[in-house]
Amino acid sequence: MNLRPDPTFHASPKLAMQAPVENYAFTVMLSPDGSQSDGIAVIDLKAGSDTYGQIVHQVIVPNKGDEFHHFGWNACSSSLSPLTGHAFLERRYLIVPGIRSSRIYVIDVKDPLKAHIHKTIEPEELFAKTGYSRPHTIHCGPEGIYVSCLGGGGEDGTDGPPGIFIMDCETFEIIGQYEMDRGKQDKHYDFWWNLPQDYMVSSEWGLPPQFENGVVPEDLLSNKYGHSIHFWDLRARKNIQTMDFGDNYQMALEIRPAHDPTKSYGFCGVVVDTTNLQGAIFTWWRDDDGVWQSKKTITIDPRPEKPENLPPLLQGFEAVPPLVTDIDLSLDDKYLYVACWGLGEMHQYDVTDPMNPVLAGKVELGGIARGTKHTNGKDFAYGPQMVEISRDGKRVYWTNSLYSTWDDQFYPDDEGGQMVMADVGENGGLTLNNDFYVDFPKGLRSHQIRLEGGDCSTDSFCYPSV
Amino acid sequence: MADVTSMAALWWAVIFSGLYHGINPGMGWPLAVSAALMERKHSAMPKALAMLAAGHFLAMIGILLPFSLMIVLVEWEVQIRVAAGLLVIAMGIYLLINRRHPKFLARVHPARLALWSFLAAMAHGAGLMLVPIYLGICAIGADETGHLAAQTLMSNNVTTAFLVAAAHTLSMTVAGGIIALVIYLWLGLRFLSKTWFNLDILWALSLVAVGAFGLYSAIAGH
Repeated sequence: MNLRPDPTFHASPKLAMQAPVENYAFTVMLSPDGSQSDGIAVIDLKAGSDTYGQIVHQVIVPNKGDEFHHFGWNACSSSLSPLTGHAFLERRYLIVPGIRSSRIYVIDVKDPLKAHIHKTIEPEELFAKTGYSRPHTIHCGPEGIYVSCLGGGGEDGTDGPPGIFIMDCETFEIIGQYEMDRGKQDKHYDFWWNLPQDYMVSSEWGLPPQFENGVVPEDLLSNKYGHSIHFWDLRARKNIQTMDFGDNYQMALEIRPAHDPTKSYGFCGVVVDTTNLQGAIFTWWRDDDGVWQSKKTITIDPRPEKPENLPPLLQGFEAVPPLVTDIDLSLDDKYLYVACWGLGEMHQYDVTDPMNPVLAGKVELGGIARGTKHTNGKDFAYGPQMVEISRDGKRVYWTNSLYSTWDDQFYPDDEGGQMVMADVGENGGLTLNNDFYVDFPKGLRSHQIRLEGGDCSTDSFCYPSV
Repeated sequence: MADVTSMAALWWAVIFSGLYHGINPGMGWPLAVSAALMERKHSAMPKALAMLAAGHFLAMIGILLPFSLMIVLVEWEVQIRVAAGLLVIAMGIYLLINRRHPKFLARVHPARLALWSFLAAMAHGAGLMLVPIYLGICAIGADETGHLAAQTLMSNNVTTAFLVAAAHTLSMTVAGGIIALVIYLWLGLRFLSKTWFNLDILWALSLVAVGAFGLYSAIAGH
């Protein structure tokens, strides 16, 4: 407990953009076959530092087979909510779940160079207290830390629906299930909210048997992955509206609401449209009658390709699908970054008018049957995937692995973990930075990135940018 | 004469406690700032302050009224005041030991400001902080008016409870309102986190001090 709010808590997105820039990144390192322990890499981002762009510390966990994926902070700018009174928490701990083991690590990063495990929550405790498994997205909100889970109970996570549980933000005790009325929600992936407007939006990937051993082509072609998003009355814990994008919009994944809490819209990325292999972004918004609406505002076309250049999974389609696997919105709500993991492209859209996004910049890197090299001449395995934007919006970082078993299906010949960075132009545009290139230790892949002091997919703000 | 000065001192204590509650962000002034910013109109701020005041007033009166009815039992006056003092001290010690914030406050809908304010005041023992002061005022009042019929005494005490709660809430609203207004109009949101101090320990100690004062004045005469 501090006497003053943590200096990394900001009342509005605008204040966060004006704050000092990031000094470190924390990036997930995962062993795809469980032969090594997973960990968190601490990467030096201080401009001019002798170790700039290097892994300067690693937190390696004692277990194997956790498969780290997404993670988040114990506290963020939501602490300044006028309602919750948690203003004196410290942004100090990373909550790192193992998506395969259901084990959760709490890592103390107060001194990034001495980051260490503070607490471990064993899977049995999670199962017993929540009935959920495979913990995933972390957000700090009212009453504590919210964690979405991809699996329900039982061995394969299909015994009961998956959902969100709440964890105490000081003791890291699991409190229990969040939902009081989940409505039609029976799958889970990401979630985020608007705290002052009191709504939450959640999305769907698939149930554990549909992803743990790789994508199931029959399920994908028969449209059995998630294609709906759910709108919740956040504090009443009630699903108030389920919005079905349509059966063919398979895997509605990342939810990115506008950061300015006076706005009532956001975006959701859809991995693949099974009718034409396009990737899609939907803009969702609340209309004047309080009903949620959505419209497909971005489509990205597949690229035709000879079957012999394609992995067996895609040979029948003679095309490379874009595979929109991650999206991220800058703090000024101006640029939406869209990772096309299949094509091997990172797109930057100007979403000043959220109903009419305009492509403003693009970087080609990696990609199925293309394997574009970095402009510094180095290799980039797979394609651009987890993307994170600096608070000031000037630097965009991304890594390359999607999920162990899926990497192997879409890129059977690739291996390795990389993290790169691109500079954002004054009026948009995206250019790879040749000086920043992190190659992860052999045998480890990389996934989500968190920036010291918060980034564009962690902090929830309670006051508008004025 | 001594009674007049201590009476004035007690009323000043009512006003100071109001100012003290008002500057505490835990009693809601940040909500007034956010209401004006979120609704994008100035008029939202006085409205929010009025709702916060209403909730706070209800919490004060909700605590004071039972005591105003109890002290009709004049022969038990000292015991009641001792018990009240101990209760306030106990609340302070509880808040010192249990440093957790009441999480149920986060469950209140952000637009229900009056309800939030009422619950926040209750959970933090804001009303209890007034009890020893209020009982002191009643005791002096009873001495001055001599031994009146129980009914008159009770109605006097009830009136005093309303006056104490109103004066306290008014000064709280003025203090919180000034901070909210200055941040909203001039300083900007950057100062929201800068003016936000952790008053938890001070608050708990205040309860202990006010309770101790109640005990002392009950035993020492007033």
